Amino acid sequence: MSKVIENLRYSDSHEWVLVEGDIATVGISDYAQHALGNIVYVDMPEAGDQVEAGEEFGAVESVKAASDLISPVSGEVVEVNEALEDAPELINEDAFANWIMKVKLSDASEIDALLDAAAYAKICEE
Amino acid sequence: MKYYDKLIFELSREGRKGYELPANKIGGNSLNSIPTELRRCKAAELPEVSELEVVRHYTNLSTKNFGVDTGFYPLGSCTMKYNPKINEEVALMPQFAGIHPLQSADTVQGALEVYYNLQQALASIAGLEEFTLNPYAGAHGELTGLMVMRTYHESRGEHKRTKVIVPNSAHGTNPASAMVAGLEVVEVKSKPNGSIDVEDLKPLLNDEIAGIMMTNPNTLGMFETEIMEIAKLVHDAGGLLYYDGANLNPLLGKVRPGDMGFDIMHINLHKTFSTPHGGGGPGSGPVGVNKDLVEFLPNPRVRKDADGKFYVDFGKDSLGSISTFLGNFGVMLKAYAYILTLGKENIKNVGPMATLNANYIKESLKDDYLLPIDGVCKHEFVFDGIKDKSTGVTTLNIAKRLLDYGFHAPTIYFPLLFHESMMIEPTETESIETLDEFIEVMHKVAKEARETPDVVKNAPLTTLVRKLDETTAAKHPVLTYKAMLNND
Repeated sequence: MSKVIENLRYSDSHEWVLVEGDIATVGISDYAQHALGNIVYVDMPEAGDQVEAGEEFGAVESVKAASDLISPVSGEVVEVNEALEDAPELINEDAFANWIMKVKLSDASEIDALLDAAAYAKICEE
Repeated sequence: MKYYDKLIFELSREGRKGYELPANKIGGNSLNSIPTELRRCKAAELPEVSELEVVRHYTNLSTKNFGVDTGFYPLGSCTMKYNPKINEEVALMPQFAGIHPLQSADTVQGALEVYYNLQQALASIAGLEEFTLNPYAGAHGELTGLMVMRTYHESRGEHKRTKVIVPNSAHGTNPASAMVAGLEVVEVKSKPNGSIDVEDLKPLLNDEIAGIMMTNPNTLGMFETEIMEIAKLVHDAGGLLYYDGANLNPLLGKVRPGDMGFDIMHINLHKTFSTPHGGGGPGSGPVGVNKDLVEFLPNPRVRKDADGKFYVDFGKDSLGSISTFLGNFGVMLKAYAYILTLGKENIKNVGPMATLNANYIKESLKDDYLLPIDGVCKHEFVFDGIKDKSTGVTTLNIAKRLLDYGFHAPTIYFPLLFHESMMIEPTETESIETLDEFIEVMHKVAKEARETPDVVKNAPLTTLVRKLDETTAAKHPVLTYKAMLNND
């Protein structure tokens, strides 16, 4: 059974978002890491890049498949999790502790369109 | 089985050799005619071994292979059928094997006749006007076919048509080929039963669509029953239909892609027409088109003049060459031998037998394995892993456990529509005894998953190499002998 954490928001493409002030921390869900299997590479944006909600911002590659990462929010990337460059498997160990990027939100209202934990858990069950 | 993993270089001992050359009675040294700067200055360091060591080395290595000749190979979407030995015999005839592509057409009329006849035979099987045999493999055929599609639209001044619709159940090569051909990929969703959602397709059709790529039966082994409507919709919107021939086997001699409305297709000779594959080739991916597209096929092609003489046409107006010379001729000989061996009547039995075998396995195993799409399949079908998910046993575990029982694993984790996909294609060439053995082992593995799941999770247990660390292999590949020595 995959884990879903209460106070996060989710996209239906299995990314999670933690909002603190105008900064959104983005990662992939436990369900996503489970479905992908052993992750061997994370293609991340660079600090300073602009990302758009609903657009691709990188990719995760596992021994099974490569999947695009879809940004749940718009804004400027302020930081990426460099630890994933050498140890992408950290996402398999704990998908919620090992975030991928932090974005300075350009439109905080986008968050309202995302799923809450209960709605996301329901998607995972289907 | 004996463990053997030596390189021939490790067997080398200085001064050991398996030959004795006679003394040079002619005199002189041929090296003198090579300019100094072109001669190597370091010794080649070839392995120094005796004849017996060479024979043992390669014989031992050959026993490490698993192939259709050694066991059942239910690899979905790959059509691992038996490769009749008569094909090899024909391809090895010195009259074919000894010719050179630069020989004049007068001296190779027989070879050109085979080439021409195969073009014709494939066109008649496909229900299309003409084929090029140039592409080297399936994905190369896809690229060629999409280049034909693009060139066709460009020739009509329709430069806006740059989008190709690909279903989300497609082979990964489809979107990849479209990208390489400079086209943009638009995904169309599948319905729960795996076939294209016509309602989802309609809004995608406009004057920017170059065409759609389809596999029929699709990658779930199900026939796209709405194909005639899809063809009409795409044609009405000005697009073309591309047929991915990977799943042609069940339709052979029964249904023709051309009659379903497809304009362009490729055929994998190494799947449907029984030429060897699985070790990386060589393959052959002929591309066929309808009569409006013939002028866009790549050259060279082989044609017959009014006197019945064959010649190589290098043409002018095509999209250019996509291969050196005429393609993989050896593969074509084998495919042609296969077509002639079967004949017009027997070729119609291939599909029904392949379909019967697939359905027999599917129905026999659906109590233990999760069948997401019920109903009669064609030549292959997909299970979504083991039925009892509480065991924690994954599709990967089952694939590895099958190796312990002497079977090749099925295709796993494809198509991407399910998390635990396991795609099984037995082909028409397997006997009911082999199918029964496979079914029995699959039941046994399901029982092990319930009773002793760790056995399955730690599989393979009896192979020469145990479960590989795929993550490290992907992240830190050791690809040379030197790197391996440094790694130790």
